[in-house]
Amino acid sequence: MSSKFLMYVVKRFLMALLTIFLVIAITFFVMHAIPASPFSSEKAKSDATIAALEAKYGFDKPVPVQFLNYLKNILHGDFGLSTKWIGSTVSDLIMGGFSYSAQLGLGAAALAIVCGVILGALAALCRGRMLDKIIQVVTTGLVSMPSFVIATLLLIIFALKLKVLPTMANQEGGMILPTLSLSLYPMAYITRLERSSMLDVLGQDYIRTARAKGLRNNKVIFKHALKNALGPVVTYAGPMMASILTGSMVVENIFSVPGLGRLFVNSMLRTDYMMIMGVTIFLAVMIVTMNFLADVIYKLLDPRIDLS
Amino acid sequence: MENEKKLKKNPLSLQLDPNLFDRASDEEKEQIVTRRESVSFMKDAMRRLAKNKMAMACLFVLIIITLIAIFVPMIYPYNYTQQDVTGKYLQPFEYSKKEMARINAGEKVFPHIMGTDNLGRDYCIRVIYGTRISLLVGFISALIVVCIGIIYGSISGYFGGRVDLIMMRIVDIIYSLPDVLIVILLSVAIKDVISNSKNELVVKLGAGMISIFIVFGLLYWVGMARQVRGQILSIKEQEYVLAARAMGASPAHIIRKHMIPNCVSVIIITAAMQIPSAIFTESFLSFVGMGVSMPMPSLGSLASDARGGLVSYPYMLLFPALSIFLIVLSFNLLGNGLRDAFDPKLRS
Repeated sequence: MSSKFLMYVVKRFLMALLTIFLVIAITFFVMHAIPASPFSSEKAKSDATIAALEAKYGFDKPVPVQFLNYLKNILHGDFGLSTKWIGSTVSDLIMGGFSYSAQLGLGAAALAIVCGVILGALAALCRGRMLDKIIQVVTTGLVSMPSFVIATLLLIIFALKLKVLPTMANQEGGMILPTLSLSLYPMAYITRLERSSMLDVLGQDYIRTARAKGLRNNKVIFKHALKNALGPVVTYAGPMMASILTGSMVVENIFSVPGLGRLFVNSMLRTDYMMIMGVTIFLAVMIVTMNFLADVIYKLLDPRIDLS
Repeated sequence: MENEKKLKKNPLSLQLDPNLFDRASDEEKEQIVTRRESVSFMKDAMRRLAKNKMAMACLFVLIIITLIAIFVPMIYPYNYTQQDVTGKYLQPFEYSKKEMARINAGEKVFPHIMGTDNLGRDYCIRVIYGTRISLLVGFISALIVVCIGIIYGSISGYFGGRVDLIMMRIVDIIYSLPDVLIVILLSVAIKDVISNSKNELVVKLGAGMISIFIVFGLLYWVGMARQVRGQILSIKEQEYVLAARAMGASPAHIIRKHMIPNCVSVIIITAAMQIPSAIFTESFLSFVGMGVSMPMPSLGSLASDARGGLVSYPYMLLFPALSIFLIVLSFNLLGNGLRDAFDPKLRS
């Protein structure tokens, strides 16, 4: 832990803060650039009603003042009131959905990482053999399928044809299919990453040294090769987070999981501005945090990387 | 050669006396010409690509799909909005009651190759239109990324120093923004603007498409810019660039004539990798209902609509899913082939 490392972490942290600030600013100003009032709907309201509503939500003040207020409120964890789910605060709705999404996302991420690393390492160890070829073909196919195709195919096969798993998330075992459909794409991606990085590591001199000094094969693979081949997988954590988030918007809708993704899509379709802003910022914070952690862990794992 | 002017030599100069030199005879010239004609880098790469059977097959598939998407709607007897209330949810190659009557009357009726949807619209033409949208999004996004990325990256790499530092800081910041969220955010905002718009083209394209183009123009070029900059930085150190500069070539000339041709491989590879991600984003947006506007089909919205009758009409999902799978798979494999062909060092 040199001071150089600490400097890197601080610098990276400030960068992350700047990014989050930018996302908040972009979100706020894009949403406020929309000409229509957030309260306009099919039902005609009188001007007085709209004025009263705007005063209640603070939309009558000049935009910069609103922005400062919004920033101040976010720091207190207050994302304002939903304009379409009347009477609910955005924070409550986010927290309600987050517990489902976190469960789903973490499960999918864990499954993707564990299976991806194992399959990738296996493919690299059996390079050129049948198993390697099968894994390559399947993963190439999987990374070419959008999440909605994977999810609906799984739904057709396991829930509608074989009838072994339920179609809805609230039934018993209902989280299996959504978790699986979310994890397949990142799993395939990690498998490919791990395979090429493992092949790279296996060709290195220190592996030859380890074998030359008579180390058992298992030890060479687990202690030397696998550990050193994990670097690219760690850097993928940030993009994986983003891909799971986008995937969850689709998958949660298909399997009726009452999570953040579905909430986000619904607030988009209902044009609930406060919700859209709140969820965007919340998700952006998650992604940026993940990226930050991934970079720091990568640096810890591999001190050879240039810090500048 | 008597009539040739004798060149004069300045007696004080160290220059060699031009009169010491003879013109080469035709025979001598013949000897210098090499046996094999010189092969440019581009030709060499194309030859390597042509040897890659998988990549060529993918290229072939993509060309076929593109041709179908362009030309079939011109000659196809059905339109993507044309409804037939007597022929809802027809199986592939089934005819509606109205059409049966026409067939019995001795008329020839073009079959519904993929059946019809819930409103009795021919499904095949809808899938073809969806494919058209996907390809359009892929190619235009790649074009946007290539244009902005090359200009930005080459300026940053060429000038270096403080300019490079500031420009790359900006790239770093843009790179860290969560792009998917911003696409969604913009498409919500743009959808609202579009719904009041009178411009026919804008309405037809829909919020999803336009926001994807905007976001690609704002965010996705950074990957390309980084690659081009890295390449330019290494080319800049080459002797031929120094020579060009010594001869007084302008920066614009050096970038155009020396830098960009040497970046072509990086540009092609990055652009080919960019296309599938654009197609994915568009289909995702259409699937959640933020994509193209209503009667216009997209592969994402077709798949989304198919969810209603998965048990009875699984083919409604199958055709758009298969179509998008084929396109993205072909682009991915072609991208790998291009990488192997244009950058043999990277070959694994």
